[in-house]
Amino acid sequence: MERKLKFQREADPEWARQVSERPGCEGLFSCLQCGTCSGTCPLSIYMDFAPRRIIALVREGFRKDALSSQTIWLCASCYSCAVHCPRQIHITDVMYSLKREAIREKLYPRHLPIPVLAQEFYKLVRGRGRSSELWLALRMALRSNPLILLGMIRTGWDLVRTGRLSFRRDRIEDILTLQRQLTPREVA
Amino acid sequence: MPSVYGYFPGCSLRAAGVAYEESLLTLFRLLDIPLEELRDWNCCGATSYMSIDEGSAFVLSARNLALAHQAKHHDLLVPCSACYLALRKTQEYVEHYPQIGRQVEDSLKIAKLPPLNSVRVRHPLEVLYTDVGREKIRSKVIRQWRGGKVACYYGCQLVRPYAEADRDHDPTRMDELMTSAGVPTVEYSLKTKCCGGSLTGTMHSVGLRLNHILLKEALRKGAQAIITVCPLCQCNLDAYQSEIRRRTGEAVDMPIFFFTQILAWALGGDVQSLGLKRAISGRKLVEQWFPKEHAGVRAAAKGEAKAYA
Repeated sequence: MERKLKFQREADPEWARQVSERPGCEGLFSCLQCGTCSGTCPLSIYMDFAPRRIIALVREGFRKDALSSQTIWLCASCYSCAVHCPRQIHITDVMYSLKREAIREKLYPRHLPIPVLAQEFYKLVRGRGRSSELWLALRMALRSNPLILLGMIRTGWDLVRTGRLSFRRDRIEDILTLQRQLTPREVA
Repeated sequence: MPSVYGYFPGCSLRAAGVAYEESLLTLFRLLDIPLEELRDWNCCGATSYMSIDEGSAFVLSARNLALAHQAKHHDLLVPCSACYLALRKTQEYVEHYPQIGRQVEDSLKIAKLPPLNSVRVRHPLEVLYTDVGREKIRSKVIRQWRGGKVACYYGCQLVRPYAEADRDHDPTRMDELMTSAGVPTVEYSLKTKCCGGSLTGTMHSVGLRLNHILLKEALRKGAQAIITVCPLCQCNLDAYQSEIRRRTGEAVDMPIFFFTQILAWALGGDVQSLGLKRAISGRKLVEQWFPKEHAGVRAAAKGEAKAYA
């Protein structure tokens, strides 16, 4: 049986302090644990830890649990938690910050297509300056689970039929300058 | 009201949301408001870029803001909710966090772009409501609404938390604009609940469930269609209904429109120029509500639109 208890000695309070110094994460230690975020989140029922528990894990310093959770990737950035939080904590920014660290430290759950999508989107936009839905979907599916493509056939055809899915890959004219403006990050 | 608005379409309006661009341009033409597209604009970074690299995500949005400033636009029209939020958030964070401000400033210097200043990021909903006004829209209506009741769905990113487009907890401007165009609306309590964004592509069953809930609630409130302000919401609600029917056995088949399609129709736009043929779900209702008129009527409608202008 999986152990549900957490022990203080496994925590890294120094990491929690560092997180609280990142832009948007300042309110971390003022959290009341009221649970409004989890209540208002449209995705909390699909998460392994609802937002309130993620905040609790982070501020105690349970770094690995937070960074390897599915929760941070299920966050769709709807900002509902952020506008409802009685302490005005930018919970969405905390989630973003954890996502970035999970990518950097390669701690994200490997079976999830969402971090794969984020990385492919990043590469596409860095490479061309614009996103193209078709290529993005193809690359995400080929890297995570090609079976996803089967489920996309019907929708894909509907979009092509109505002229809403282009095979063209858009690119901005001044892409070389844009690339010099963006700092490179290592992604898978 | 500025004499011309800068226009940032964003990637989605050139793809799944092409009907949004078509109807937006038609609507602004009918209202005689010139739009000028930003030259060589780039992707706003949306939510995914932010998940990899925060600083560069702000640089992406900042480049577009600087291009608007360079083109001497005071107001930049941004129809996509994700772009709107990314651009507004960039403005807030550049001002609030010196380290982000410095990175953005340095990156703009590399591209020989002007530093950021006070370009106003505007969503068409806000421009139509405050700059144009309901009175003017009402006075320009030349078509009586023959369709049913609609639910106005604002989605999440347009109204939170850096937005000035409408009230965050209870936005009403789309409903009010619909009323001005003679379109009856229903009370829709899920109007700011998230559609899941890209989750329909990544966590398919989760995304479908979120959209199923939104559709079901609209039906329950007596709406026959949902009106949206965001290309991603429109695509999610529109493109997956056949799959929702198959999975749940429920008979959902409702058209999902952009608010610009409905307003431009009331002001005399025709089916072709509003992208109404690009609907995937509820096509029967679309054809019923927006009949193709014979050329004479269309010319008359156009003439009338001109006379109003």
